[in-house]
Amino acid sequence: MTGKPDPLLLAGAKAKGKRPWFLDEPDIERVMNITLALMQEVSVLRERLDTVERLLERGGKVTKSAIEGFSPSREEAAERGAWTQEYIARVLRILQQDREAIASAGEASSEQVAEEFARPA
Amino acid sequence: MAETNRPRKPPAGKPAPKPGKGPARAYDGPPDYRVVGRHGVYPETSHDEIARFNFLAQMNRHLSANLMPGVAEAFEARVRPAYERENGRPFADRHDVRRALTRDPVWQWWSLLRRATMETRQQAGRWVTLRQAEALNEKVRALTEDDARLVLDPAFRQPRSTEAIDHHCMPGSYHTEITPGDVTGPANYDAGIFATTGGMLGRFNDGGGVAVAEWVRRNLPDFKPKRILDIGCGLGHNVVPIAAAFPDAEIIAVDAGAPMLRYGLARAKSMGINNITFVQADVADLSRFGNESFDWIQSTMFLHETSYRTMPLIFAETNRLLRPGGIVLHVEQPQYTPEMPLFEQAMRDWDAFYNNEPFWTKLHEVDLDDWMARSGFARQTILHGGVAAIVDPEVFPEAARDTRQEDYGRKAAWHVIGAWKAA
Ligand SMILES: C[S@@+](CC[C@H](N)C(=O)[O-])C[C@H]1O[C@@H](n2cnc3c(N)ncnc32)[C@H](O)[C@@H]1O
Repeated sequence: MTGKPDPLLLAGAKAKGKRPWFLDEPDIERVMNITLALMQEVSVLRERLDTVERLLERGGKVTKSAIEGFSPSREEAAERGAWTQEYIARVLRILQQDREAIASAGEASSEQVAEEFARPA
Repeated sequence: MAETNRPRKPPAGKPAPKPGKGPARAYDGPPDYRVVGRHGVYPETSHDEIARFNFLAQMNRHLSANLMPGVAEAFEARVRPAYERENGRPFADRHDVRRALTRDPVWQWWSLLRRATMETRQQAGRWVTLRQAEALNEKVRALTEDDARLVLDPAFRQPRSTEAIDHHCMPGSYHTEITPGDVTGPANYDAGIFATTGGMLGRFNDGGGVAVAEWVRRNLPDFKPKRILDIGCGLGHNVVPIAAAFPDAEIIAVDAGAPMLRYGLARAKSMGINNITFVQADVADLSRFGNESFDWIQSTMFLHETSYRTMPLIFAETNRLLRPGGIVLHVEQPQYTPEMPLFEQAMRDWDAFYNNEPFWTKLHEVDLDDWMARSGFARQTILHGGVAAIVDPEVFPEAARDTRQEDYGRKAAWHVIGAWKAA
């Protein structure tokens, strides 16, 4: 490499060792990796917005340096943490439901129930 | 009973809770990243970089608290029954279990997100440190140059066990230098571990070392070590608290990675710890140190990154280097014993196969007592114990309470296997 190393390029570098894939379709996994990165960035935006709101509530100036220097109290941190938990739970809802479905493997489908309801008494 | 919007009367003496005030559910998650302990060479983190770490800590928590239990449920409800139906026999070993799990969607999605979260954490931490590489490297240079407590070997060649793969998906692992004098690797390791563990190791990520020092103080009240050797010290997270607890002792901390040692000395100095010398060497050959020259030899979360070839050499070296009456302690995650359910073994093996910790699975299946005995430690001198991370309960009420939450192989609680050198 010549000149200064590019931090952005290096930050995303692959670790040495063949990468394992978990799904039969690696493309789905690629999309999920991109989705996770976007989830992270939405969370970052939301935390920044929360910081701005709290700075405004404190009645101070909202400058870049005020945002950088902001530190939440323990209660504020708990509120922000709770928001992030809710957010992750919302985005990953389908995985929660997959988990719940484990216990109800024998559940009837609507189609089956419809047939059941159509049976004469 | 019909649902009603009518406010109920509060019980006497208690004011009615204001609607919309107070959290809907009690918060039990990781602390804000800003409580992390910052020493003199800690990388600077911007608001958004901190927010990234906060997200990652929460993601790891979600994975272990909400998704991973589904793997156990799927295992009992369908993976095990299907295996037994197809094979006409129960699982033979943990590899059988793991291979069966890899076909279950709940395991697959938990795993792909866990891997992706780890890779995302590496990118987040590497960005933080690489964008300020020059300043960081310069700070560390200024603190360590011409300091006799940093002993590097420019001709050093990495052993195969540190070079073959980038451990826990950390690009460049512990030894790569992007520029001469580079410390961005250890700075990334240092900055990100708080997010990976959700702070469960304490503000300075040293809860393991604090616990070991406390364990020694409590169990061996008369032990007054003068010279302590830490093998595979990394950037010193867990040797610094030992050095702090034994301020009159001389500590030698050895590692293969020059960046770790550079950063480690600068970090320790900036924390006011001045009794550690950081030495670059392969701990399978410590011939630079004389026989019986240490009272205590320590390793913390190190053995799982060695190999069957080097482990006997390392154990033999510890035996040679210990003074009669001295003690060696290895802190590790627990071994896979016959009493440990195969499902738990398979889950603990996850990091071995999917997080670039290849030797993890091999280390944990052997009888370490046997290996120690074959390296010359008398059977009756071998000891076992347990330690759990000691952290500041003000900052980490949950970690301090030691919740029962299991995170197979990543929980901040370890086994100690050690031995006395016969006097
Ligand atoms: C998981 S880290 C543990 C670091 C530290 N003990 C701690 O508790 O934070 C393992 C360290 O062992 C080092 N290591 C592995 N094999 C080694 C060897 N043969 N000689 C010296 N160091 C080695 C690696 O460079 C790495 O820094």
